Amino acid sequence: MYVLYAIISLTGLGLLLGLLLGVAGKYLKVESNPVVDEIEALMPGSQCGQCGFPGCRPAAEALAEGKAPATLCPPGGSALAEQIAALLGMELDLKDVQEPEALVAKVSEGTCTGCTRCFKVCPTDAIVGAPKQIHAVVADACIACKRCVEVCPTECLQMHPIEVTLRNWRWAKPRTTMLGEVPC
Amino acid sequence: MITYHKPASGAHVGANKSVSQIMGQVMLAITPATAFGLVCFGWPAIFLFLITVTSAVLFEAFCIRLKGRPVKPVIMDGSALLTGWLLAMTLPPWAPWWIGVTGSGLAIILGKQVYGGLGQNLFNPAMLARVALLISFPIEMTTWANVSPLFFAHSPSFAESWQITFSGLQNLDAYTGATTLGYIKTEFSQNHILPDILQDYSALQNFIGWTRGSLGETSTLLLGLGGVWLIRQKIIQWQIPVSLLATVVVLSTTFHLLDSDHYVSPFLHLNSGSMLCVAFFIATDYVTSPNTSAGQCVFGAGCGLLIFVIRTWGAYPEGAGFAVLLMNSATPLIDYYIKPRIYGRDRQGKPLEIPKP
Amino acid sequence: MLNGLSWLNPPRIRGGVHAEERKANTAAQPIVTDFPLPKKLYIPLQQHVGKPAEPLIRVGETVLKGQLLAYSQGMISAPVHAPSSGIILDVNDYPAPHPSALPIRMIVLETDGKDQWLELPEMGDPFQLSPENISLRVGAAGIVGLGGATFPTAVKLNMGRENHIDTLIINGAECEPYLSCDDRQMQERSEQIIDGVRLMLHGMETQHAVVAIEDNKTNAFYTMAAAARHFPAIKVIQIPTRYPMGWDRQLIRYVTGREVPVGCRSSEIGVTIHNVGTAYATHKAIRHGQPLVSRVITVSGGAVGKPMNVEVPLGTLIGELFAFCGVDAAQTARIVMGGPMMGDSLPHTGLPTVKATSGVLALTQAELKSTDEQPCIRCASCLTVCPAGLRPVDMANHIKANQLDAAVDIGLKDCISCGCCSYICPSNIPLVQYFKYASGEVAARQQAQHKSEQTKKLMAARQMRLERIAQQQLEEEQARIAAKKERERLQAEQETAAS
Repeated sequence: MYVLYAIISLTGLGLLLGLLLGVAGKYLKVESNPVVDEIEALMPGSQCGQCGFPGCRPAAEALAEGKAPATLCPPGGSALAEQIAALLGMELDLKDVQEPEALVAKVSEGTCTGCTRCFKVCPTDAIVGAPKQIHAVVADACIACKRCVEVCPTECLQMHPIEVTLRNWRWAKPRTTMLGEVPC
Repeated sequence: MITYHKPASGAHVGANKSVSQIMGQVMLAITPATAFGLVCFGWPAIFLFLITVTSAVLFEAFCIRLKGRPVKPVIMDGSALLTGWLLAMTLPPWAPWWIGVTGSGLAIILGKQVYGGLGQNLFNPAMLARVALLISFPIEMTTWANVSPLFFAHSPSFAESWQITFSGLQNLDAYTGATTLGYIKTEFSQNHILPDILQDYSALQNFIGWTRGSLGETSTLLLGLGGVWLIRQKIIQWQIPVSLLATVVVLSTTFHLLDSDHYVSPFLHLNSGSMLCVAFFIATDYVTSPNTSAGQCVFGAGCGLLIFVIRTWGAYPEGAGFAVLLMNSATPLIDYYIKPRIYGRDRQGKPLEIPKP
Repeated sequence: MLNGLSWLNPPRIRGGVHAEERKANTAAQPIVTDFPLPKKLYIPLQQHVGKPAEPLIRVGETVLKGQLLAYSQGMISAPVHAPSSGIILDVNDYPAPHPSALPIRMIVLETDGKDQWLELPEMGDPFQLSPENISLRVGAAGIVGLGGATFPTAVKLNMGRENHIDTLIINGAECEPYLSCDDRQMQERSEQIIDGVRLMLHGMETQHAVVAIEDNKTNAFYTMAAAARHFPAIKVIQIPTRYPMGWDRQLIRYVTGREVPVGCRSSEIGVTIHNVGTAYATHKAIRHGQPLVSRVITVSGGAVGKPMNVEVPLGTLIGELFAFCGVDAAQTARIVMGGPMMGDSLPHTGLPTVKATSGVLALTQAELKSTDEQPCIRCASCLTVCPAGLRPVDMANHIKANQLDAAVDIGLKDCISCGCCSYICPSNIPLVQYFKYASGEVAARQQAQHKSEQTKKLMAARQMRLERIAQQQLEEEQARIAAKKERERLQAEQETAAS
């Protein structure tokens, strides 16, 4: 008998609390901090997880709360760190930031078996190919998150540096120290 | 095949002007006035000058070493030497050695290096040091030696001068007196009027520089010549000196015409103290003055106004140091509001309208 | 000099520097026209602003001088013609005449020594042709702005006609040091240049032309004035010698008093500028039917044994040009294509000359500006000399501190890279390189921003695709279950009906 009362009361409690949560979720909803949206817009959006957070949005939220440094995103490099620091008014220490290498994945066609594992994990659908057919990477869509390289069983997918052509060549920043010495 | 590795852009040829050349030309311009001052005030002045200049260079070397950078290239650009020289010019000629050393230290360390070195300072280092010395050591900084030219009979000998610089000046009244401006100020406080005060004033003597004053600032003639030469060499532009002097002349003329008993005439203003030194050499310092010509006119006018106000109504007989420091703090503001107009845009930065046919 | 007081009276010449001219050794001798024909010519498919030309010849084909090798693509483009007769060896990537020497597509032509022209058509009176026809012929001849900007001349003529411009300015300023190719052309080919100007006037339906020549070129002024004396529509004037008088906007303001608004082309305010070399090429194309296949280049600099102005076929390797002029490789500290103020350095001499090459310089170490960069002393000389009214001192300090947006806000995009600021800087700060770096970096960041937006779209699209597949599978599953139920129901009915 008491078991019945226990079951009824706990179920009722569960239903009531669930209802309250639902109502609270609708009427007490916390609007997401707009600055979080702005930070997320700056980020590469590849959800690669190299920052230690499970995606770009959680990283943006952590930044907005001041829980993460502006240099947390390796693919963004120092350019992104500066933009975030400027947006949030944070301190910036660029000492340990490495510039991201411009990489792109490439399929070495000789060893591709058409297993489609890479196709399934690519977050931007940059790999084209059908089962048992040789796959290829659409370079413009590749964001160099390296997931395909990790799952490829024959290691035919490798990361290559993006080729510098006359179109994307840039002038280097003249290098100087504070006192004007130019290190060679 | 010739191979030159690093891509080089932009102008491959240059005007062959360098920082050390600019500093060198400024030093050349102030040499006549300084040399005259050293001759007029004898050995103590020479010692003070050498100590000030040397300690300026040594302080700079010390700071560079602290930063961990090679010292020689920085010293060779001549900026520390010039700062020390300009500071020395504004000191009382028989001041003790530690005034020179302290002044150099303040100028180089607090006035320049803590900001980040050459080109980064907000205030004119020489003026910063001079004002700090004036406020901290008012006695030593207002003890003006009589004109005791080198090798004249009544001037102190080498040994005596050594004593004066390193042990301090005894028997003050025999050797010192007031400068023209200082004398005028004290007489005003006793309610005398100008014609009586200026009975012994000789404009010609003041013009040549045979009068009491700072080490290098007595000779209006030599300073003026040096300044005009520097403008001709295009090291400095005419805007600051002309606007500074013009403002002083206009204000002093107006007041002098209204009440010539209580307001000093413009000629005396121009002839006195550090007016020309500040106008040509100190206010025109590149780092602390505005970048545009119109901005420089505003800067010069502001300096002139402040100098006149402090000289006439302030507690100090000479106000140039304060005036320059105050205008230095206004320089970023002047630069913010007075900017050149970009070709093809209006003053607000928007593209021009296409003219109707 | 009164930069800040410019609102009182807009200055006709603003900023600029009096650079040492160094033109004496090349301007005094006539143009050398017997340059030995090179064995191989390397002709890039893009020697102009706009889309690269598309080749229509095949490897192994024999071509004649002036034959069309590649046709123009799109509105803004120019064709490429064979600079000499011979066989096409290759159409492939070769190092470009650029500081990086990165490859671009080129046609390699092996000359047969005969230098035989294509059969050129009979050209009647060009003034009977319609203006549109003039533009078409100029375009078909592959003529681009030979002052160095390489904008397709036909497009510019069309724009001039459509905008009903009232003044054509012919740029004979040649303000860069060392260069004197325009000077010599004006002295030796003045009749042809004036004829080209008349043709341009006809092509744009304009009535007035002004030929502007810097006053250090007195001989050129006299010859051009003499050649133009029969044509009242063409006025020849002298302008003060100052770098950069040849900057088109500065010249327009000086000659006409009008200022070109930012973001507009000069034709929108009624003026167009063409170079004297372009006028000469126009004359050759319209009167003689000859496309653009060669140009006059100044070879000068301290390391050049025989500095000269020489007419070379396009595609000549710089190494061959230098060998002809006796360049001492040991003394050459830097090779510059163009003038010493705006030209870029080249890493080696295995690169071809192109339509934009007005000069190639072999500079010794003594002639070069020191690269010993020192701290900025805020002398504001750069601000005083900037012809565009910018503040190089502030822009450079922002860029050094990585505040690129601040630099853009104060006018980085309006910089014309004339080099006056770098020239005058006593601290040897490479200002123009800072600005070029910053522009490139801002462009790269915008591209990265664009890419991240693309990435988000792609990922969202992928998400939708996966959801759609899942939805489809769900529907198929439900349909199968429904079908199975239906089958079972039918079977059950049959069984009950049977029993």
